Amino acid sequence: MTMPELMYREALNQALAEEMERDANVFLIGEEVGRYNGAFKVSQGLLDRFGSARIIDAPISELGFTGMSVGAAMVGLRPVVEMMTWNFAILAMDQIVNNAAKLRHMSGGQLRCPIVFRGPGGAGGRLSSQHSQALEANYAHFPGLKVIAPATPADAKGMLKAAIRDENPVIMFEGERLYALKGEVPEGEHVVPLGKADVKREGTDVTIITWSRMYYFCMEAAEQLAKEGISAEVLDLRTLRPLDEEAILASVRKTNRVVIVEEGWALAGVGASVVDLIQSKAFDDLDAPVGRVTGLDVNMSYAANLENATQPDAPKIIDAVKKVLYREGA
Amino acid sequence: MASPYSKEQLLTMYRKMYLIRRFEERTGQQYTLGKIAGFCHLYIGQEAVAVGPNEAIRPDDYMLSAYRDHGQPLARGSDAGMVMAELFGRGTGYSKGKGGSMHIFDIEHHFYGGYGIVGGQIPLAAGMAFASRYRNEDRVTVCYFGDAAANQGSFHETLNMASKWKLPVIYICENNRYGMGTAIARTSAVPEIYKRASAYGMRGEPVDGMDCLKMYEAVKDAAAYCRAGKGPVLLEANTYRFRGHSVADPATYRSKQEVEEERKNDPIPKLRDYAIKNKLAVDSDFEAIDEEVKAQVDAAVKFADESPEPALEELWRDTIVEEGEQDVRPRERVLGVKVTNWPKYPSGQELKVTWDLEPREQAEQADKKAGLSR
Repeated sequence: MTMPELMYREALNQALAEEMERDANVFLIGEEVGRYNGAFKVSQGLLDRFGSARIIDAPISELGFTGMSVGAAMVGLRPVVEMMTWNFAILAMDQIVNNAAKLRHMSGGQLRCPIVFRGPGGAGGRLSSQHSQALEANYAHFPGLKVIAPATPADAKGMLKAAIRDENPVIMFEGERLYALKGEVPEGEHVVPLGKADVKREGTDVTIITWSRMYYFCMEAAEQLAKEGISAEVLDLRTLRPLDEEAILASVRKTNRVVIVEEGWALAGVGASVVDLIQSKAFDDLDAPVGRVTGLDVNMSYAANLENATQPDAPKIIDAVKKVLYREGA
Repeated sequence: MASPYSKEQLLTMYRKMYLIRRFEERTGQQYTLGKIAGFCHLYIGQEAVAVGPNEAIRPDDYMLSAYRDHGQPLARGSDAGMVMAELFGRGTGYSKGKGGSMHIFDIEHHFYGGYGIVGGQIPLAAGMAFASRYRNEDRVTVCYFGDAAANQGSFHETLNMASKWKLPVIYICENNRYGMGTAIARTSAVPEIYKRASAYGMRGEPVDGMDCLKMYEAVKDAAAYCRAGKGPVLLEANTYRFRGHSVADPATYRSKQEVEEERKNDPIPKLRDYAIKNKLAVDSDFEAIDEEVKAQVDAAVKFADESPEPALEELWRDTIVEEGEQDVRPRERVLGVKVTNWPKYPSGQELKVTWDLEPREQAEQADKKAGLSR
């Protein structure tokens, strides 16, 4: 039986609609989510279906409506806060990290904050510095948050459903450039547990660890490497906090060589923590130092050639893989 | 004219103000003894601002505050020993010693916390009020913040939303005239905070924050207004802290004369004099309360002092809610009493959302007026 093909944005839309149908405590708030049907059309048609008390057009006041939603979650509602992009959520960071992430702790276990903050992250197309940045490392840093970044439409649906049902604040990075991408998505009750990585491609020679949009470059690289007789395993982390340590270590023990690919900057990036995990718990299984491919340590440019050069791509990943395999030309 | 208050009402308010005063005096003393650490902001002088409003709302209405947050939970009925234990950093505190002075939470008494970032709690209160409307409950939320927080973006962003969506929230600005050591007039283009409400088309009023009964009346009125669905209210309680910003602050930025002048306004003798003048209480009533409260505060300090530090395993609890995990009910955990009035909310299946934030007809009319088509 074949599953219906849906765009990433449609998969998210389906998850939202199903969860709102299932639980009247769930509401969506954000800029342009209602009458405009969403800046990236994730909330298409939801206002007509659920009404203005549940699909709420917020003023452009990121800190204000984020904090308001945290307050609603403190007394049992289950808000989904759409950040038009994670770049704007920087304005709301105080509410996310100082309140949502810490309420349970500061109250000694009296309070919970079941809330999802979601929106597009990563580079846009030719949007320059303020709109093109992968910020997941910022949030992965904070205890009290869960951080997810699904790559495929099926994971996007399943993980959003899991996030809405989670009793903790969940930060969800969607790929701004993934929204129109299509893939098979199971209908109805399809819930992907948070905290579980996924081996998207089996391999024996090297593990490529990644998440979100970079997954596609990794798959492209793996296909090309296969033609050269190199068998690459692609491990999609999907959740960045908590890290699926077991899945990472299992793959390292299988292939003994690792390249981590992330869109964000190298310094204090998520990949740095994965390297730390591997070297502290699986050092003896490594046949080469862990390789990393990251965004360059610069701000994003508008010029097409500079923009491209700033980001990881398949050729850079192939180079990194050859380096950890000690192959020529790397 | 006869007083509209009963003896019981006046003595309840007096007892609570007096408890906060004695509690805070002992807190300052324990801080200097090294039993309490961190930032510790005393409420002495501002007692009327916590007590009057609390008596004017229902026990199940929500309340939250900033970092000067010992007074409000005591006014709500929190256990003084457990508040003191929290200040001492003991496992018997409301937050198991993880929150400290600036983060007192007592959900049983619907006190949703003290917050350490200036203005950070203002949007939370709007969200709690939003939830009340969403569920068609007639609860109000009372949110305290200081004068300096009125210059934060959170204040402006929230007032705009709260007014637009007519959220049942009462904002009480505790204007004690200083944001830490800086006089409000030095940092504010409009130092009369209540006036800022008009910028958002909402109701704003000044209140004498040194008078418990005036605070009571203002909040009683505001709560009725909120419950009637008319929208939020901003009250500016003009008050004064007799001590520095925190225990560590000698408050040299204000004159002795100023403090002495303000001390003449002490809200506690003011209420006592009112009750006596109106023949609702006699000296012996207050003497009895004084003794009871002193004993209560002594017991609170003793309880905190004799309580153990939190177990080290506590480090790993209360960060992420594990599946099926229950919420901690502090008095149940510490004192073994059955806590029955823990908030209960309708499940997603029971809940019917009838509220229309932006009624379709209104939206269509607005579109028509603007020459737009949907």
